[in-house]
Amino acid sequence: MLRLNPEQMAERVAQDIPDGAYVNLGIGMPSKVSNYVSGDKQVIYHSENGILAVGPAPARGEENPNLINASKQYVTLLPGGCYFDNAESFAIMRGGHLDIAVLGAFQVSVLGDLANWATDNDKFPPAVGGAMDLAVGARKLFVVMRHTTRDEEPKILEECTYPLTGTGVVRRIFTDLAVIDVTPDGLQVVELFGDNTFEEVQALTGARLFPLA
Amino acid sequence: MIGGFGSSGIPLKLIEALRQHGAKGLTIISNNAGVGEEGIASLLRDEMVSKIVCSFPRSAGSIWFEKRFEEGSVELELVPQGTLSERIRIAGAGIGGFLTPTGFGTKLAEGKETKVIDGKGFVLELPLPADFALVRAECGDPWGNLIYDTAGRNFNPMMASAARVTIVEVNSVVEIGGLNPEHVVTPGIFVDRLVIEEAQHAQA
Repeated sequence: MLRLNPEQMAERVAQDIPDGAYVNLGIGMPSKVSNYVSGDKQVIYHSENGILAVGPAPARGEENPNLINASKQYVTLLPGGCYFDNAESFAIMRGGHLDIAVLGAFQVSVLGDLANWATDNDKFPPAVGGAMDLAVGARKLFVVMRHTTRDEEPKILEECTYPLTGTGVVRRIFTDLAVIDVTPDGLQVVELFGDNTFEEVQALTGARLFPLA
Repeated sequence: MIGGFGSSGIPLKLIEALRQHGAKGLTIISNNAGVGEEGIASLLRDEMVSKIVCSFPRSAGSIWFEKRFEEGSVELELVPQGTLSERIRIAGAGIGGFLTPTGFGTKLAEGKETKVIDGKGFVLELPLPADFALVRAECGDPWGNLIYDTAGRNFNPMMASAARVTIVEVNSVVEIGGLNPEHVVTPGIFVDRLVIEEAQHAQA
């Protein structure tokens, strides 16, 4: 089976970011997506701490310790960009002003429920950050994640077993095996990578999939 | 409550002064719980904190938070980030609560009042005021008007409005009239004290 690596997964997500979109990229793998968005598209990135039009990493020695993104990495501001406080930043999210948010996930359900902030390990302190606000607020929520856990257990399920981030919020799932849409009728496969077959992907999925039309 | 997001816009000098002051049993409201040995991490290390209200306590290097959480000496109230900033904002704005879709149907809404409006679920969230706000700004004037540096703004403006006593650490102070009124982010009415960071450049 063809399993995309994280860079290839980010590249695939980037293809679905349209020109002119306002986009928020979650921490971890989603933050790689901007590296692959084609230069002929104008995409404006939002950072939850209070930035619109986040630019690339600064040159060494040019870092401003205050100018960081949600992943706490040094960034720059593009011309036309601006700063605002955290309450306004989350008004932008909850108010439905962002076109797309890309988040990682532990689990996604057939109804588009998302679990990405806590596991069932009580000793591990949870951290939620802006995930719940993005989940309910972005017009379209993309999830990018490995299709299965390291133990080959499915992460796409009838029902999430981990605590939920939001209910019925995920629109499209990009995994290392396939692209799957969450629709009112169920999970629709829209792309299989390489020679991956529907049956192979279905076997690694904990919910019923609909094959490519 | 203490301003800042990650390493950005944190009043490190004020936190160090608080650490030296030695108050115990503190409730800290902040987005993160500190990393390394500095800032909020130093208050956790010195066992001054009994409760922390934040959205993202766990980060690479948040060793003191993790240790105190594991041993059960610090209570954690985890709040989604946008709910945290809005609860602080309304505390400063005299609003009694707000209905947010964030967290509806999740563990973080358990025990809270909910309401369905036009088929969409909302959670009632209440204001989050504090006795003291420690705030970091770039520049102030003698009336306490403040401007910030880039994303260092983050939680600082809301916190400045939501505490009984607001103490602000600034890089520099200009005379009255020295700030462009169109650029002022925090009106001085919210600010009680300004502390000017000592210039460190001379030693470098």
